[in-house]
Amino acid sequence: MNQPTTIERSRTAEEFLKGIWKENPVFVAVLGMCPTLAVTNTAINSLAMGLATTFVLVFSSLLVSSLRNAIPKQVRITTFIIIIATFVTVVDFMLAALVPQVHKELGAFIALIVVNCLILGRQEAFASKNNIKLALADALGMSLGFTFALLCIGVVREILGSGSLFNIPLFGSGFEPWVIMIMPPGGFFTLGFLLLFFNWLQKRRKARQESGRQSTQYEEAREFL
Amino acid sequence: MQELLWIFISALLINNFTLAYFLGLCPFLGVSGRLETAFRLGLANIFVMLITAVCAWGLNTYILPYAPYLRLISFIIVIASTVQFVEMAVKKLSPELFRALGIFLPLITTNCAILGLALFATNKGYGLVEGLFYALGAGGGVTLALVLLAGIREETKVLDIPKLIEGTALNLIIAGILSMAFMGFAGLFSAAG
Amino acid sequence: MEEEKSQPVPATEPEASSFRLISTLGLAGFFSGIVLVGAFLYTKPIIEANRAMALQQAIFKVLPGCTSFRTLELQDGQLVMLEEGAPEPKEGEEVRRIYVGYGPKDKLIGFAISGEEPGYQDLIIALFGYNPEEKVVIGFEVLESKETPGLGDKIMKDPGFRANFGSLAAEPSVTVVKKGEKKKDNEIEAITGATISSKAVGRLLEKSLVEWRPLIEEHWQEFKKVEEE
Repeated sequence: MNQPTTIERSRTAEEFLKGIWKENPVFVAVLGMCPTLAVTNTAINSLAMGLATTFVLVFSSLLVSSLRNAIPKQVRITTFIIIIATFVTVVDFMLAALVPQVHKELGAFIALIVVNCLILGRQEAFASKNNIKLALADALGMSLGFTFALLCIGVVREILGSGSLFNIPLFGSGFEPWVIMIMPPGGFFTLGFLLLFFNWLQKRRKARQESGRQSTQYEEAREFL
Repeated sequence: MQELLWIFISALLINNFTLAYFLGLCPFLGVSGRLETAFRLGLANIFVMLITAVCAWGLNTYILPYAPYLRLISFIIVIASTVQFVEMAVKKLSPELFRALGIFLPLITTNCAILGLALFATNKGYGLVEGLFYALGAGGGVTLALVLLAGIREETKVLDIPKLIEGTALNLIIAGILSMAFMGFAGLFSAAG
Repeated sequence: MEEEKSQPVPATEPEASSFRLISTLGLAGFFSGIVLVGAFLYTKPIIEANRAMALQQAIFKVLPGCTSFRTLELQDGQLVMLEEGAPEPKEGEEVRRIYVGYGPKDKLIGFAISGEEPGYQDLIIALFGYNPEEKVVIGFEVLESKETPGLGDKIMKDPGFRANFGSLAAEPSVTVVKKGEKKKDNEIEAITGATISSKAVGRLLEKSLVEWRPLIEEHWQEFKKVEEE
């Protein structure tokens, strides 16, 4: 009995970790673009959106995984959507009641969590096929990765676009904010360059694994030119 | 009349769904490799949006005042059924188009642009006619963005682009530049006053 | 949600009967309904209190010295004062409301009126205070706008621009002029670099004033609670 438990545990850890880095929903899989870009103009909004998504994803995954044998295949997508929409509505009400300011800023984008491809994707690809423990690990990892990615974008955009972080001014009054960064184009640019950075990291790692150091540098130089 | 025109222009250009609200980015980044496909997907979007606008108005007027907590679920279900209907109709009427759009028609269901349209129209308190103009503008805006990006991407295929930036990163940066260009439309309507 | 977990789990069949499909969806809908109604009933009073609080704060800001207010609704071309604690209008219902604010000792301070107008980016929605006795605008507060950060959004914060609304004459009409060119009481000095947003604010005020002033002028005496000595 000991052997499978260890394997199981390491698998749980693996499912948890993959969402954070290796299969990061934003930087690697490029899912859930609309909230990623629309509400990341400040770090606080990014965090709020990340946490709201986490709530929905974790609870939906738990429920779907525990009901996976009871849901007939033909109606599974509809059932998933009903479950997800229920949790999103609950989050929407909760945010409006507890943090009205944040709710006002995020607006309709909270309701739009329903159509975040990430959530439905995880139900279809993972939660409906695995046991509760794995599904929980997967959901937690994915949401953590998602929140992390949102925060990355939000932090970059807020620092450059407003000269502050979590509403705390960072620079003196001499700083002229780069306003475009907190406007829509800034979202596209920030994510574009972050993806570029991730591609570069991955390529570098791959190149390192394949050959020695010298040729890596040569490769890098060639890639850039 | 002027108000309707403003709603239309605002959704089409000034507050373009894709380039200013980031709605409908999945197909925007996924399908827009070919001009032809992008255009057809855009048309499908407009069609679904028009139907969504009517449904959203009906729900908002007759059902949701009594049960506001059902808004999200009823929107989703109505939209999903509409898309299913479009899919069946397209399959029957134009198998060619169905093949061209491939897996992207069902994707319209999980397309934020459609749900976003219903939600925004509700938040702004639009009636039926206003909602239809809004849908037309928003759908046209999505189509415009899709076609523009597809056109640019077709050009980039023949260019010598560093391998590192190819793919989504490049698309996002192009989208950013397009979005900047669309910022120029701001003030289009109020400047005259 | 607990109940759903405990429902019997039959072995997976290759072909689910249509009864099972329908009952699954029905059950899902049923439980989702219960959860939704629960969450709705729990949060509704809090959300409404939040909203009322935000409205009260905005009204107090645009009517300096105001300590209490009552809601007036337009019914058949007449301003009707609603009971305190009157229910919020249902969604989708078209009601037109303004607010009358009172200071200490129930002295009438003015009316808070909201208006909207397309700005540079999207609709600007704002609330402003109007004093019918002196026929001046006495306060202005933007409730919602997506004007360009750093330029157009100065209509919300810029102290110079806000100073316009200390006592802005409503007669003959509200007009917007360039910065430094204000000569008359009915002129708003625009913000440099945000002329379009400033002009939108001017149009917003003028539009709402034209709409509401006749009604207010005619009836405002009726809303006085105490006769002034």
